[in-house]
Amino acid sequence: MTRLPYGSPTTPLPDEVDVAVVGGGIMGLATAYHLARTSYLRITVVEGAYLAAGASGRNGGGVRMQWSDPNNVRLMMESLRICRGLTQELGINLWFRRGGYLFLARTPAQADQLERNAAMHRELGADTRLLSPTAARAIVPELDVTGVVLASYNPHDAVVFPWPFLWGYAARATAMGVAIRTHTKVTRIEPETATYRLHLSDGTALRTDTVILAMGAYGHDLNRGLGIDLPNRPHRHEILSTAPLKPLFDPLVVDLSTGLYASQSLRGEVVAGVTLGAPDLDAPPEPIDTTSSLGFLERIGAALVRVFPRLGPVSVLRQWAGPYDFSPDGDPIVGPSPGHPKVIQMCGFTGHGFMMAPAVSRLVARFVAHGIGDPLLDRWSPGRFAGKPPARPREVMIIG
Amino acid sequence: MIPCFLCRCEDVLAAEVDHAIDLGWTTVEEIKRYTGLGTGPCQGKECLPLLAAHLAARDAAAACALAPFTQRPPAEPAPLAALAGTSEDPTR
Ligand SMILES: Cc1cc2nc3c(=O)[nH]c(=O)nc-3n(C[C@H](O)[C@H](O)[C@H](O)COP(=O)(O)OP(=O)(O)OC[C@H]3O[C@@H](n4cnc5c(N)ncnc54)[C@H](O)[C@@H]3O)c2cc1C
Repeated sequence: MTRLPYGSPTTPLPDEVDVAVVGGGIMGLATAYHLARTSYLRITVVEGAYLAAGASGRNGGGVRMQWSDPNNVRLMMESLRICRGLTQELGINLWFRRGGYLFLARTPAQADQLERNAAMHRELGADTRLLSPTAARAIVPELDVTGVVLASYNPHDAVVFPWPFLWGYAARATAMGVAIRTHTKVTRIEPETATYRLHLSDGTALRTDTVILAMGAYGHDLNRGLGIDLPNRPHRHEILSTAPLKPLFDPLVVDLSTGLYASQSLRGEVVAGVTLGAPDLDAPPEPIDTTSSLGFLERIGAALVRVFPRLGPVSVLRQWAGPYDFSPDGDPIVGPSPGHPKVIQMCGFTGHGFMMAPAVSRLVARFVAHGIGDPLLDRWSPGRFAGKPPARPREVMIIG
Repeated sequence: MIPCFLCRCEDVLAAEVDHAIDLGWTTVEEIKRYTGLGTGPCQGKECLPLLAAHLAARDAAAACALAPFTQRPPAEPAPLAALAGTSEDPTR
């Protein structure tokens, strides 16, 4: 039987599989793709709504290697390398555009951070350059650099259109035999002697050896049902796009003082977001809120026009929102769960999981299919929150 | 056959919507994402009823949930400068 390339609500599911992936966002689909590519495991993906319903269908598509933690720089150098050939590998246009990322510092502390980043980046072979405000204007002539003391620029950073990533990974996974079922929620995960039974919203159930929870910010209920209590918390993050303009600027521009980020898509729209609060990490997780606010438009209007004065008369066409999935120590939560080694977590990616997925999905697939570990998976272990948290420098270049 | 546009902002043909349905997309949200219908300046004001009528005429309405996609602000395009400079200081 030929399956529909992007899954469907009627995809037949076997009674039993080796790996059941819960969540059809970028993490779940990319991991299913790599599992299928590198193993003979029987794999299924169960998505409660549609592909791209979660953060993966709502994000800004920024992909960069400019981070403060060397592990993240290395990971993102790898992810960007994968992205370069991914349109060919997945057979779909990902709108991958390498226009670079330009960070603007307005305070001495921000400038210090950019200097430290750039020195470390160069040691790792990442081509990050420090620029004077005037040199930054040479790259983005539309910038108002009043108050900017230093900028950092990496020409290999990029922006993508997120949706086709999901379609590409899904179609390739389907072609290799992965069963993708959409519009079907996993309502409960029941541990059995050596397996798990996934209860589905259509009244059926599915037995699996391994479960991969790729539910982003949405995973708390299923986890708690298993006695797993993770500290990641959802937080609404808003974003907008403007009317399309002729090409105006190449790099994605970040203003470190406001948490503003703005890029221009290949269709000409300016896509932009800004920092607006953070979740209370000590409180129980709030329900996910994807409504839109006027406060966001006011804040980003001011932040954006300050950096790009000529955008003042440009109209906002649409605003939307999705969940950031905050992790308390800034690191994602990935790997076997405490007490449930066959329940693999992939969450806590805050606001940068999309760009990490091409590389992270390979690591997780290698671990699940072949038991091969990685220092990054040790660092990101879901078990690290039990007892005293490990003391280590925190990633500080988290934006938005 | 004369090509029939359902979404003029994004140049989406009825035939392209049919193709999306054949690929397994079953809801208006999915058809919007796969074809781009409703993502232009009118934000669905013009094309959403046309899509619903097309799905009903095709008898796809049973398989395709007809619930409209999420309506988002602004209702009309609004300039950034007008939105800025109101209640908040962005530099805080
Ligand atoms: C506005 C915004 C801008 C962002 N900008 C960027 C950016 O520029 N660069 C970047 O790298 N990252 C960005 N991010 C973050 C990025 O989008 C996420 O880190 C990433 O998409 C997470 O992918 P995921 O697959 O883990 O989760 P999701 O995409 O959220 O997928 C989880 C899926 O699980 C499904 N699900 C939930 N419950 C169930 C259930 N019970 N049964 C079955 N399925 C279920 C959901 O429907 C959903 O489809 C941004 C996020 C937002 C919100």
